[in-house]
Amino acid sequence: MIAFQNVSKYYNGNGSVNSESHALQDVTFKIEPNEFVSLVGRSGAGKSTVLKLLIGEETPSKGRVIFGSYEVNKLPPSSLPGLRRHIGVIFQDFRLLQNRNAFENVAFALEASGYPQADIEELTPQALEMVGLKDKMTNFPRELSGGEKQRVAIARAMIHHPEVIMADEPTGNLDPFNKWEIIKLLHKINELGTTVILATHDKEIVNNLGRRVITLDGGRIIRDEERGKFVLV
Amino acid sequence: MITIIFRIIKHGLQQFKRNSLLSVATVAVMIIALIVFLGVNVFSYLTTSALTVLKDKIDISVYFKTSAPEDEILRIKRSLEGLSEVKSVEYISRDKALEIFKGNHAEDETITQAIAELGENPLSAALNIKAHDPSQYATISEYLNTKTLEPIVEKVSFFQNQTVIERLAQVIDTVEKAGTLLTLFLSLIAGLVIFNTVRLAIFSDREEIGIMRLVGASNSFIRGPYVVTGILYGALAAVLSLVIAAPAIFFGSPYINVFIPEIDLRGYFITNLLLLLLYQIAFGVVLGVVSSYMAMRKYLKV
Repeated sequence: MIAFQNVSKYYNGNGSVNSESHALQDVTFKIEPNEFVSLVGRSGAGKSTVLKLLIGEETPSKGRVIFGSYEVNKLPPSSLPGLRRHIGVIFQDFRLLQNRNAFENVAFALEASGYPQADIEELTPQALEMVGLKDKMTNFPRELSGGEKQRVAIARAMIHHPEVIMADEPTGNLDPFNKWEIIKLLHKINELGTTVILATHDKEIVNNLGRRVITLDGGRIIRDEERGKFVLV
Repeated sequence: MITIIFRIIKHGLQQFKRNSLLSVATVAVMIIALIVFLGVNVFSYLTTSALTVLKDKIDISVYFKTSAPEDEILRIKRSLEGLSEVKSVEYISRDKALEIFKGNHAEDETITQAIAELGENPLSAALNIKAHDPSQYATISEYLNTKTLEPIVEKVSFFQNQTVIERLAQVIDTVEKAGTLLTLFLSLIAGLVIFNTVRLAIFSDREEIGIMRLVGASNSFIRGPYVVTGILYGALAAVLSLVIAAPAIFFGSPYINVFIPEIDLRGYFITNLLLLLLYQIAFGVVLGVVSSYMAMRKYLKV
């Protein structure tokens, strides 16, 4: 379903060879449907780059990124919205639209995909109910706590039933209680049949999940285990 | 498609309303720019009218000898009317000249008496010639300065006033050119101010635009509401700029009237209100839309 084939990503500062920094080097892996995969590593190990390459926010310097029938590295910008409607994204800093309330933030994903109004009215409250925010539908992001904001982001990411949910440090800004709430939600989403890719450097979460762990270091995959633990050395 | 358009309009209106402080600030700056644009239009009307009035005041007169037969004068009048440079020719007969002279000096007894004592009409018949353009008077006078006309023509006023007329023609030409340049320059400034204001408004939303891209919205779906907001900014600022400028125009009109009685600024404003509104809206909306469209390009590359 998802395949990275010999993917490298370089950022060059001023264009000279010496100034190039390798965000990813020769990365190859596959992710099957319904997997729950944790991407772990130190800051700068390349976790976020993997996710950015997957949604076409960045293009690889070398190699191929495959998602279903899409060859992401070859997609023109006009085709990216089509790809992104198959992937739900969750970020550490929530990235909600500040001028829209919780309902409108979640509904936006459906509106952008062209869903009929009647479906939006029906599905949006359901999604917000699933993340426990049915009574906060009309609240704006500034009126929500960090945990609540992240739950809105999760509702937005899953509302159009994407094949994959991609979460980049979703618990990084949350207290322990909210952290586990979010992980529980991701777990639940996975049980309902959606592939989840979780980029994190939270040892506790990874060890508790007991699922597949891909460990990155310096832009390379150093470990890929079916029932992995958080090990960096 | 209709659903998408409906959503774009809805989001545009929502954006305008929820970002009310930013909207008010943007519209306020646009109002100022549009008042400058209106000022440019009014200024252009004022200079054009003033120059028309001035041009109309310039003419040349041909004075005929008192012995010149009227038929001959009328023949010259017709031939002058045949010239492409000539706008109008007015014939002042000797009797009419006397009538005008008497009218002008009705209160001056010495002059009235002197004329009565003279017993006959001492004034010449004349042709007052107006050209389409002040620079054409020289050509017309050349035409009148031929040998064949010499026996009946007393004098041509152009040669007395040549320097003044030519200088005036030059001044009018310079004012027209400077007016056009100033109009272009001020319109450009007003345009740039609007462009930058809308750009700033969108700059403050750059992160949101990126988020929308990441959750799968197409460029047109993201851009649409901003274009709608741009239209709203432009239309609202256009109407308000006229509302604000109207009292100033009504107040200033009588003062301009004192200088040039032929110019009726208030009348011009009222009769052309619809056209002015159209100009303002077109200028505001086109700039609003183009600015939002261009300002967004950068942030849609995510």
